[in-house]
Amino acid sequence: MSCESCTNELTKSLYLELEKFINELPEKRGALISVLHKAQSLFGYLPKEVQVFVGKKLGVPVSQVYGVVSFYSFFTMLPKGEHPISVCLGTACYVRGADKVLDAFKKELGIEIGETTPDGKFSLDALRCVGACGLAPVVLIGDKVYGRINTADEVRKILSEY
Amino acid sequence: MSKYNMHILVCGGTGCLSSQSNLIVENLERYIKEANMENQVQVLKTGCFGFCEKGPIVKILPDNTFYVQVKPEDVEELVKEHVIKGRRVDRLLYQDPTTSEHVEDSKHMDFYKKQQRVALRNCGFIDPDNIEEYIARDGYAALGMALSMSTQEVIDEVKKSGLRGRGGGGFPTGLKWEFASKNAADQKYVVCNADEGDPGAFMDRSILEGDPHSIVEAMAICGYAIGATKGLVYIRAEYPLAVNRLQTAIRSAREYGLLGKNILGTDFEFDIEIKFGAGAFVCGEETALIHSMEGMRGEPTTKPPFPAASGYWGKPTNVNNVETLANIPVIFLKGADWFASIGTEKSKGTKVFALAGKINNVGLIEVPMGTTLREVIYDIGGGIKDGKKFKAVQTGGPSGGCLTEEDLDTPIDFDNLIAKGSMMGSGGMIVMDEDDCMPAVAKFYLEFTEEESCGKCTPCRIGTKRLSEILSKIVSGKGTEEDLEILKELSQVIRDTALCGLGQTAPNPVLSTLNKFEDEYIAHVREKRCPAGQCSALLQYKITDKCIGCTACARVCPVNAITGAVKAKHTIDQEKCIKCGACMEKCKFKAIVKE
Repeated sequence: MSCESCTNELTKSLYLELEKFINELPEKRGALISVLHKAQSLFGYLPKEVQVFVGKKLGVPVSQVYGVVSFYSFFTMLPKGEHPISVCLGTACYVRGADKVLDAFKKELGIEIGETTPDGKFSLDALRCVGACGLAPVVLIGDKVYGRINTADEVRKILSEY
Repeated sequence: MSKYNMHILVCGGTGCLSSQSNLIVENLERYIKEANMENQVQVLKTGCFGFCEKGPIVKILPDNTFYVQVKPEDVEELVKEHVIKGRRVDRLLYQDPTTSEHVEDSKHMDFYKKQQRVALRNCGFIDPDNIEEYIARDGYAALGMALSMSTQEVIDEVKKSGLRGRGGGGFPTGLKWEFASKNAADQKYVVCNADEGDPGAFMDRSILEGDPHSIVEAMAICGYAIGATKGLVYIRAEYPLAVNRLQTAIRSAREYGLLGKNILGTDFEFDIEIKFGAGAFVCGEETALIHSMEGMRGEPTTKPPFPAASGYWGKPTNVNNVETLANIPVIFLKGADWFASIGTEKSKGTKVFALAGKINNVGLIEVPMGTTLREVIYDIGGGIKDGKKFKAVQTGGPSGGCLTEEDLDTPIDFDNLIAKGSMMGSGGMIVMDEDDCMPAVAKFYLEFTEEESCGKCTPCRIGTKRLSEILSKIVSGKGTEEDLEILKELSQVIRDTALCGLGQTAPNPVLSTLNKFEDEYIAHVREKRCPAGQCSALLQYKITDKCIGCTACARVCPVNAITGAVKAKHTIDQEKCIKCGACMEKCKFKAIVKE
């Protein structure tokens, strides 16, 4: 934990909650992924400090924690924007033009996949199939699903809602 | 069920929920309450009906009226007309695309006529959160039957049914159970593989969302057969609704004594725990899945040892896919002989396919094994979107290959698909039309496997990267004929030497498209031309005589490649053009073409 996070009451309570979750686990063996899920749901992302903390509490080397975090696409080491945008690049969306939708978002926001806008409002990601293939191409903003997006104008319209 | 004389079923699958089906349920309940009919009309949120193209779906029983694309604001009319006055609302009925006539009930829709629903038997019929509705449809009776048999009899029944794994491999399920059962150990595990990673396939999610109890029941039967007391479901964290419904199902099953100790008054003990995946395609491979459940990187290991001998924490483990398990209770209820009577000689039963892409009826369908591709695409799927020409269908996702027009009359089963250079996979079917460029499709799949390769073995880690680089070169017009030879040779090496199924099958999309559409590859490398008109690097934007010289295109061009006087035809400098397409989008006169 950096000194900054020690003085931040909010962060401190998040660490306490994570510690409580770990202590209440029926078994620590094999729990690394579920602990990381919990940590990411609390902090929004998994910075180095959180990974060190998890490793220490579970008795697992930090190298192993980092190995797992970097292996799975669900885990992120960078904070997401206030409204995380995920463009589905599953096959069904791809054949219905998802790559063009992604380009439109990149152009509108001026960021690449995995980046966040300077004001922290939007972050852009690609994901593989939300299973709403009937609505292809599909974009998720937070939990909200937007389907059948076909033009750059629609992309602008969606962004203007936020 | 008796006190209600009308049931309104609203689809609560992910697709329909995204189109506000939740609000439809709320509005239905409100207007029915206003009409004081809440004791006669029951509103139910069910699992997926499969007809996702026209969602949200509302179905009214007993007359099977099938309303499509219902909006929350349509509900008032629906209640006043249909529920109160008994008159169908024609404008919300499904319209047959060939006859343009309204189809009143689902039984007469082409989409459903050729389907036979076994694994999806309860999806769209019951409230998945209510265990009693599952029990009312003979739920948990199969578990009762299994518990009165010996474990070997249970295994023999599954073997006799001819059921093969629906996750991709097609390995006989009964045999798999027998292996796990014969390996003695103090603890064994039953694992349900719900890590549906094939992009474009969503049958496992729909089954878990629409009929979670069938999975709970099947896992318990498997547990009894192989001698395991513990079950684990490995599920994608990206499927929150499925997770939620499964959790509810497990909780209710415990309350009803269908999980836990002394199940149905016997000595049998079984319980289920949920383990979350974190987004890695390779975890669909059973050894990788087991490592991921142990909290580690999901890297596969060589087989043998098979999980049946040494799996989760080194104990005998049986891994089955969701759809495979969903078939188990029916095999006991209707008998192995009944199940074996459906399908082809070596592929028994039915298969669920996720139809997607350029097809009219996107959705989830279930047909007997041996149904032809033509029936699936034209009769059930309603043909190709916008009247375009069918080109190919990719089956088996990133591990599969494509089938073309000449394969349309091939009966679909495990062995025929492999003979045609594709595979069943989990059942994704992506339909492509004349506008899809096959080398670009191959590149799309290889980018996927390159990204999803776990990096453990060299052929897959480096081989998929090289394949994807060569394909990028080809679609950007920089490929040579020699590249095509390298593609073939490298594909063969990866196929022969990669460690696990992901790597071994990764070259399939390349080999299959090269085999069936070699002329397209040749056009890309020899003539620097994309016959489908999709590869933007090989296209030129041109201004036709329709141009009136409004200057809109010149102003929007980010690289100032367009010049021309006001009210005169403009021209594009091909050297400067970056092919972004902004001009074409901006032109109101359709004067800019891509060729």
